[in-house]
Amino acid sequence: MTAPLLTVEGITKRYPGVVANRDVSFEIRPGERHALLGENGAGKSTLVKTIYGLVTPDEGRMTMNGHPFAPAEPRAARMAGVAMVFQHFSLFDALTVAENVALGMESPPPMGRLAARIREVSETYGLPLDPGQIVADLSAGERQRVEIIRCLLQDPRLLIMDEPTSVLTPQEVEILFETLRRLSAEGTAILYISHKLEEIRALCEAATILRGGEVVATCDPRETSAREMAELMVGERLDPPARAARDTGEVVLALNGLSAPAPHRFGTALADITLDVRAGEVLGIGGVAGNGQDELLAALSGERRLAPGMITLDGAPIGHLGPTERRARGLLAAPEERMGHAAVPDMTLTENAAMTATTRKGLARRGFMDWARARDYAAEVIEAFDVRTPGPGATARSLSGGNLQKFVIGREILQAPRVFVVNQPTWGVDAKAAAAIRQALLSLADAGAAVVVISQDLDELLEVSDRFCALNAGRLSAPRPARGLTVEEIGLMLGGAHDMEVAHVGEAPAGTEDRA
Amino acid sequence: MIRLEKRPEPSRAWGWAAPVVAVAVTIVLGGLLFAALGKAPVAAIRTIFWDPLFSEFAWFYRPQLLIKAAPLVLIATGLALGFRAGIWNIGAEGQYIVGALCGAAVALAFYPMEARWLIFPLMVLAGAAGGLMWAMIPALLKVRFGTNEILVSLMLVYVAEQLLAAMALGPMRNPDGMGFPGSRNLRDYPSAVNAELIEKTGMHWGVVAALIAVIFATILLTRHRMGFAIRLTGQSPRAASFSGVRPGWLVIFCMGVSGALAGLAGLFEVAGPAGQVSIDFNAGYGFTAIIVAFLGRLNPIGILLAGLLMALTYVGGEIAQSRLGLPAAAIQVFQGMLLFVLLAVDVLTDYRIRWGKGRPA
Repeated sequence: MTAPLLTVEGITKRYPGVVANRDVSFEIRPGERHALLGENGAGKSTLVKTIYGLVTPDEGRMTMNGHPFAPAEPRAARMAGVAMVFQHFSLFDALTVAENVALGMESPPPMGRLAARIREVSETYGLPLDPGQIVADLSAGERQRVEIIRCLLQDPRLLIMDEPTSVLTPQEVEILFETLRRLSAEGTAILYISHKLEEIRALCEAATILRGGEVVATCDPRETSAREMAELMVGERLDPPARAARDTGEVVLALNGLSAPAPHRFGTALADITLDVRAGEVLGIGGVAGNGQDELLAALSGERRLAPGMITLDGAPIGHLGPTERRARGLLAAPEERMGHAAVPDMTLTENAAMTATTRKGLARRGFMDWARARDYAAEVIEAFDVRTPGPGATARSLSGGNLQKFVIGREILQAPRVFVVNQPTWGVDAKAAAAIRQALLSLADAGAAVVVISQDLDELLEVSDRFCALNAGRLSAPRPARGLTVEEIGLMLGGAHDMEVAHVGEAPAGTEDRA
Repeated sequence: MIRLEKRPEPSRAWGWAAPVVAVAVTIVLGGLLFAALGKAPVAAIRTIFWDPLFSEFAWFYRPQLLIKAAPLVLIATGLALGFRAGIWNIGAEGQYIVGALCGAAVALAFYPMEARWLIFPLMVLAGAAGGLMWAMIPALLKVRFGTNEILVSLMLVYVAEQLLAAMALGPMRNPDGMGFPGSRNLRDYPSAVNAELIEKTGMHWGVVAALIAVIFATILLTRHRMGFAIRLTGQSPRAASFSGVRPGWLVIFCMGVSGALAGLAGLFEVAGPAGQVSIDFNAGYGFTAIIVAFLGRLNPIGILLAGLLMALTYVGGEIAQSRLGLPAAAIQVFQGMLLFVLLAVDVLTDYRIRWGKGRPA
């Protein structure tokens, strides 16, 4: 057993009103692939920010290679050999890969030398990347490679990766994992933060599980089931959503060659989407972010008006109708972004209920709002969907992400839709709320509604969908029955063919094996 | 070190306290300004805020308060509807002028017919229609071509001013006026005059209209679907669009209402306190109303109070000009300062001040 690279002992960090980390201890050995697991708000981010020098802990100490380690700023952490790839990239679209990398360096070498270094590193680690390319033209996976290479040029001894796979296709994930395994074989330790349990089981050798800011368990993910880890994370038994065997009925919603130009420069055009959705089924639409999900939702909700025949509901053309008319006919939607799209942060839950339920729930009479009824409806949603809040008078922004999402979904489901379209139903939501939301979607379908779930979470889609199709660059693949579909097949459907270069992991140069 | 820390929720208390604090701070800053101009600051402030209400000549000034407040409240109430939805009609001054011109045109066309039951209501309609029409120009350009309503409505003010001058010197000039610019005085035309309803109070039809507008705007904003659509759009245009609000219609509605109310204010002014169409008929009510709207928290009731306060600075400012020799520009600076200070104090609604050494979070 080698001596630990990083030890963390008794780290405690308090913020007004919450303890983000309480007496957290763990250690990482050189070359270890270590997972940090926990729900949103479990304290993962605070902990890695502490290691990266962005947060100063109130108590506790760390050592690096046996020396006391208390970075006051990220620069100090980098000097000690810690590098971090953030969930959100910090790249300039208008600059080249090499220029972006240079911007992150203390004293960048001349551009030519740097480009050569980038090429060398990218080949060594199987991360194909052209240093001269403009970042705006890169896919999400390639942007992440830029960030990783930026870190690798520092020769880190510990690489922290925060939710790195949320923007990647399954094939890109495989390339990334190859790179990480290779790095760890050379002695670089990896601290991997995620809530995707299957990935952690595939990649990591050790896991520290946080809940409510405390370490609740450690385990070897290769020998622990995803279910067990999830239950450790949540602290209670999780039951997979139950679904009744159901017969699908007639076609309720049909998209007929739906096309729409991109709404703005960075948007995606929808191209010739044809699809039937039947009563009683859940249709899952997968895809990597930015492939037309928002645009498709806007086209279905009525925010974007189209030619009448492009969308039919129960056979009637509705493409030209706005959101209110579509709701009246039973087509309801819930967009991805909760704050400022699905809900208004500074308005009360009563007002947020009235936002979409006025027509179907009769919350207005002769043009005048009936606030008493709106309040009752908000209370009904809160009660039925177990939304944790003082009451309908609370503002939307005072709710946690999971609670607000339950409110948003509940607000639509209790209006008894014929068709319900939802984008990213459980994005940024804790596991318990996510399970409740998925169950609600399945129950809605059981009750005879047609449900369309757009999501980037493939596990979620496989769990709830009857049929699955993939959205890629604004085009929709033909639907396939979801049962029996493997992640590889889905990956091919998601199609990022342009990103599917297989990793060329070269032979390790001699002498790097025993680095660190 | 002083730091600003974002509040978890906007403070309601500060929302209402901010205008009061802003007035107090403005009085202090105004005092400094007047002192820098070589006037006794306390006397100047007292002249502006105290004398119009309580001095021995207050009986003369008090009616002026309602006369000045009415157009401000009327215009600001309309502007507030748009401002709440993020629609920035800055050109109320132009809509006010065009409303006055249209109303006066009706009166002058009927002169000297005696039929008040017909002429005065027609004038009111023409005034509202004139303002509405002028506001429709930026509104339709915005909806159709995506132009910026701030710029277009503001520039149309200068067009309206030229139109006013042309009318006062040309078609509307008093034929019996011995060549002087300016129309007939409508106060001498009983069928058209917007007279005092109760003597020596300054109460005229414009005051009545302002009160009605405040009541209607309050009901609209709190109870009506349209008001809900306005508030939704102001808070989050994307959520409003998702909810089913059509942004184009909202622009037309808000610009139309604020234009019509500004036109009405112009009509009541030209038919009453001003009396005639003259080159310098407009007194900047359309711009001051922007300050009134914000000082009143874009809330109709608040606007009523803010309008009265602003009227006080107008009346008091005139007294200060004549009695203390303060330049008119100093009074305008003083009024403008109020808006700036208010916007500065408003930071405290969303943030709180923390003293002492900050720790990086």
